Parts: sequence; structure tokens; C-alpha cells
Amino acid sequence: MKYEAPLEKYPVNIREAVLGKGEKAIKIGGENTFPFHFFEGSLPDPPGLALEVLDIQPENWSHWVLEPFQDVVSDPVSWAKKCVDVFGAEILCLRLLSTDPMGKDASPKQAAVIAKKVADAIDVPLIVWGTGTEEKDSRVLTEVARLCSGKNLLLGPALKGNYEEIAQIALEHGHAIVAQASMDVNLTKELNIALCKFFPPEKIVLDTTSSALGYGLEYTFSIIENVKQIGLINRDNMMQMPILADFGGECWRSKEAKESKEQGILWEAITGITFLLAGANLLILRHPDTLKLIKEMISEKK
Amino acid sequence: MALKGAEIMKRLPKTNCKECGYATCFAFAMKLATGGAKLEDCPYLAPEVKVELEAAMAPPIKRVTIGVGETALVIGEEEVMFRHEKTFFHEPGIAILISDKENDSDIEKKIKDIKELHFERIGKELKINLLALSFESGDKTKFETLVKKAYETTDFALILICNNIDVLLSAAALCADRKPLVYPITKENIDLAIPKLKELRTPAGVKGESIEEIVSLTSTLKEAGVEEIVLDPGSKNLKEGIRDQTFIRRAALKKGFRPLGYPTITFPCFMYQDKFKEALAAAAFITKYAGIIVISQVDKHFLFPLLVQRFNIYTDPRRPMTVEEKVYEISKPNEYSPILISTNYALDFFIVSGAIEEANIPAYLCIKDTGGIGVMAAWTSGKFNGEAIADFFKKYGIENKVKHRKLIIPGVAKKLKDELEEELPDWEIIFGPLEGSDIPKFLSEGWKE
Repeated sequence: MKYEAPLEKYPVNIREAVLGKGEKAIKIGGENTFPFHFFEGSLPDPPGLALEVLDIQPENWSHWVLEPFQDVVSDPVSWAKKCVDVFGAEILCLRLLSTDPMGKDASPKQAAVIAKKVADAIDVPLIVWGTGTEEKDSRVLTEVARLCSGKNLLLGPALKGNYEEIAQIALEHGHAIVAQASMDVNLTKELNIALCKFFPPEKIVLDTTSSALGYGLEYTFSIIENVKQIGLINRDNMMQMPILADFGGECWRSKEAKESKEQGILWEAITGITFLLAGANLLILRHPDTLKLIKEMISEKK
Repeated sequence: MALKGAEIMKRLPKTNCKECGYATCFAFAMKLATGGAKLEDCPYLAPEVKVELEAAMAPPIKRVTIGVGETALVIGEEEVMFRHEKTFFHEPGIAILISDKENDSDIEKKIKDIKELHFERIGKELKINLLALSFESGDKTKFETLVKKAYETTDFALILICNNIDVLLSAAALCADRKPLVYPITKENIDLAIPKLKELRTPAGVKGESIEEIVSLTSTLKEAGVEEIVLDPGSKNLKEGIRDQTFIRRAALKKGFRPLGYPTITFPCFMYQDKFKEALAAAAFITKYAGIIVISQVDKHFLFPLLVQRFNIYTDPRRPMTVEEKVYEISKPNEYSPILISTNYALDFFIVSGAIEEANIPAYLCIKDTGGIGVMAAWTSGKFNGEAIADFFKKYGIENKVKHRKLIIPGVAKKLKDELEEELPDWEIIFGPLEGSDIPKFLSEGWKE
């Protein structure tokens, strides 16, 4: 029997989203094949790898992941700069935890000022993340969008209950958004359809929400893989946005990651490589060693 | 390639004799196609047709067993490219590399360490499956000593790795009744190897520099009657590995290409010097189709995450990991004990129940059937909202279990509180902590009878 390499071609591309502005802007997505399938398609943009910055001092962070940021945790601007200058982060994700209505409940204005300071201090793309509280987030992200007008931030999460406000303000001020629907292919699609009625699809990144290794990794893996398959093979243009996986925090919260530094890094990195293999285009990571490891692994020569 | 009923029908006698137990040949054919009937049930099938149909109906990826008894590794018989299409069936074997170049005491310690590794997750033991014994010393006696040691002092399934075919085959003879994987069988040594492989009845690990090369090797082996084969297409790094693993599985599943219808073996241990990268490559091959993964690390902090990942990826997505819906009584609660509620997603249950035990405070843990999905997803889909929980309260008569009226709900379920205050007006709804690890502290500090 004669062997012929069973190549598969898909006649569509995942949309390419641009994050940030200027020289350091990053493109994600754009592929017309499955992850790592360089042998049968094109993957123009390597996955984006972001490091987290919090706007308040982290609580309950494991020693291993606090260690690299020990000197900067009290100031988001220094924290952000260290991520870029020392750890080589090409994207940052600022979490506005101060705005949590169950916590400090800082005002949208206060949070937006911090976001602006961080955005001004760095030249890499910035993701600005709320607390997942729909009503508060839409006020917070509205302020952020206004104050950082034109910076092409990636704002999230836009949820079923607040996507209209967030998308509208993002549109007005030239930002992209993360559309989040929890662990369900149909909900993801519904949200995209609703958004695309007035918002440009190339400015949307999908988040199906992420679980850590040992805590539901397989659900996230299969949903990302399924969304990607529906986009590429079924050519569903409501499922062709680049996909975000946000799991660094989930990983480091586990008792297993806290057990040792090596196990913690691997907990996060194995979760990351698994989601990359499923088709994630953008990862939010917590430990700089994980960033370095995954980056080296995916940029190795063919 | 699974045959369709209509194709099987063409080869049947079409007499509708009913002796197979089905009303018509067509009904029998349909049953055969889905695996519900056996060819033997048709008494009028010509022998050559039976052989032909058997071959055509065989699983597209052959089942291969390495080792014997309880520790035997069974791989192959996979049916899909993506686990959400059905499930992945046989977890890949994790093998640990031991070289005969290492000195005796190191080898002894390594074997001892491997034997002592013990991992568990949700009541299931996570196991290292194989020892991969590698001939690097150039000294036949040393290799045989290593093989004997592994054979006599452990019950792991074995892989013998040796580029000298004479040494390889004589080592295989030492442990043939353990059914080791004999590796590598290559185009250079295949003729020498075949008689011995048939005599010892051990599985063959075929290695080529490319997929084309292994195709001709497996065809030769098959013709010679060696049926249990594991493939190594010689991938040198992660990217080549994903390409080769994808091609092999696709060729077998989508093209019905028999010469590649076997499980595979991969060697992250030879691909990467850096152990973190080795672990990531191993994780990638767990996800993408390997049958066996050989790694060099014995460190539990490297092995444990990999074994958990394998466990996760090979969980059957058709059956969510769940626990039974009921009111769990932890440490004999009484009518003043706290009441907590969560989903029947197995992991949530284990986190919360473990934390309550750790706090050493007796409690009622209400587990609501959410079809095995976690709090937020279950809330979104209405399986864990105010109404659903109020129904649960009624069904299990929670009001009669305790004298107080305080319900602790998952801290992440922000909107659930309002809903419950409406549905259960007599109850005070309290958020539990966001993290399972904070539950013991929460209960011991916060719970006032």
C-alpha cells in the first residue's frame, strides 16, 4: 500500500485581531489550520503570551509566584514595567481587583486612573480586566475606555448582561473586547451573534473561561478545540475569533501548585500547552518562568 | 475502518434464513456494523468472506498489549481525532528511561524510587506503566543485568531499547514471558528480528526515519505474522512529533490505511535536555495521540502534573465526573450544624468535603445534581439557580434537618444570593469563601451556632 501524507486544508482563516498600538502592537489568530500544523497550513501569528498585573496587593498568592514580583506588588506601574523590562512580557493583563463590589469597591474613576498610568508607562498591548461583576464592570470599563481612548486596549470580560455597554464604549474609543461565555459552545456563539450586530468581529477575542490542570482542564480543552473546529471545518464565521485562555490564577490557586516551585511552574505550563494544542491564541499567565518556558517551546525552529 | 451495514450486507448470503437470530440478513448486517453481533452467528458465511470481513471490520488502530497480568499496558483502538467527538479510550503508557550506563547503585535507587511513587486523584490511582531499559554501555552483560534486575525486582511492563539486534533479542529472551516491547526494529535489522519476534511472541517497536519508512516495515512484519506493533516515526522535536502523530492517526482513522493502524511511541527524553521542556513535550504527546511516552524524570513534581493531565484528557466527556445528588452528612452533624450547598461536579465535591473534614466541624453538605458541571456554568444553565435550589430544599426536607436558618453558598455564585433570598425568604444566605482552601478557616472562625 502506498502512503500519502493525509493533509487537510480548510478554506477559511481564523480572524486576526490586533492588540495595542504602534511598533509593539501584537497580532493574534489569522491561522487557517489547527495549532502547530505548520505542515499543512499557515499560522502567521504565534500565540500571544500575557503576564498579569494586579491593581491591589495580591492576597493568598503562593510564595513561588509572589517571589518574582516581591519588590513591585504595591505599585501596578512598577509591576507592569518589571513584567516588560525584566521578564520580557509582550502583552500585559491589568486586573482591576480594587473595583470588586464585594471587596474594596473602588470607584470606576479611581480604577481608570490606574489603568491609564499603567497603559502610559508601557509600550506593549494592555488587556484590562474587570471582576466579572456585570453592572460594576460596565461602569469601570466605560471609564477605562474613555480615559485610555485610542490605545486599542483589550477590555474584558464582556458578558451576556453587559456586552452592549462595553462593546459600545470600546467602539467609540477604539478598543477591542473579550466576549466571555462560560464553558458552553452555544452560549459562546449566541454572544458573538449578538455582538456582531453592531461590533466589528475582528475586534473580538473569545473567552470560554478556563479551568486549571486537575480542576476541569478537560472541559476547557474540549470547548476550545470544539470552537476552533466549528470555525475552521464548519466555517462558522461566528466562531472564527481568536481564543483567550486565562488560567494562570486558577493554576496557582491549587494546592498542587503551591506545593513546590517546580510543580507550580509545570502546573501552569502544562495547562498552557494543553490549551495551545486545543487552539488558544492568547494565554494569560502568572509566573514569568512559565512565560519563558512556553515561549521557548513554541518558538523553536521546525 | 468500521464497515457500514450496507457494505457488509453485500457479502452476506442474503437468504434471510433467520438462523443468526435476526429477521433478515440486512438486520444482521446493521447489527454487525455497530458491534452488536458476531460473524460466527451466520452459519452460511464462506470462510474467505469471513476472513475478509473480519479484516475490514477490525478496529482501525490495533489493540496492543505490553506486559502481562495486572500491570499490562493496553493501548490502541482509538476512534477519534478530537476527544469531544467521542472519547479517547486507552491512556498512553508513561515509561521511565533507565540506562545501563548508570552505575548499579543509581539504578537501584531509581527503581526503588519508581516503585515507591504513588499518586491518587479522585479515588483513582495514577500509575507509571513501564520501565524503558536502554543499552548505552556497549556491554552486553551490563544490559542483561539491568534487564534481569527490572524483570526480577519489579512487575512493571518493560521496553527494551537497544541498537544492537543480537543484544536486543537475547535480552528479550530473558524476559519474554513479561511480553516486553522490543525496540527498535528497523529496516536494517528486521530480517534478523522476525524469526525471534515470532518465537518469543513479543510486541515490536518499529522505528523509521520517516512515516514512509515505517509503512514498509509494518507491512513486512504483518506478512510475517507479527501482529503487535508500536510505531516510532523518528520525530525529533515537538513540532515534528505533532505532525507525525497527526498523520499516523489520520491515516489510520480517516483513510483506513492499515500499515499505520497501530499505536505509537514517543521519546521526549531524547528530544529535550531541559527537563521542563521534556515535560511539556510529554504533555503535548499525551494530548496528541501517543500510545507510549518515554521520559527521563523520576521526580514526583514532574511526574504528577503529567499523570493528572493524562487523567484529565482521557476522562470520558460523554460521562461527566459526578457524585450522587444527596445531603452528605460529614462528621455526624446535628441540628445546629452548618449547611453548605454545591454542585455534583466531582471536583467541587472533593474540594468542599475535604475542606469540611479538615476544619473538623460537622456539617451537612448538600450536593445538587447539575449534570456534573460546576457552579457558574450550572447557574447559567439554570441547574443551580435560586429556583433549582429551592426545589432541592423541598425535596430533601432541609428545613427539618436543622433548627437554624443559615445557608452557605459558593462564594463565586454572586447572583445566586439574591435569587435565593427571594426563593427561600426564611433563610439567611451566606457566601462561602472563594477558594476551597479557605473553607476550614471560614467554618472554624465564622460559624456560630
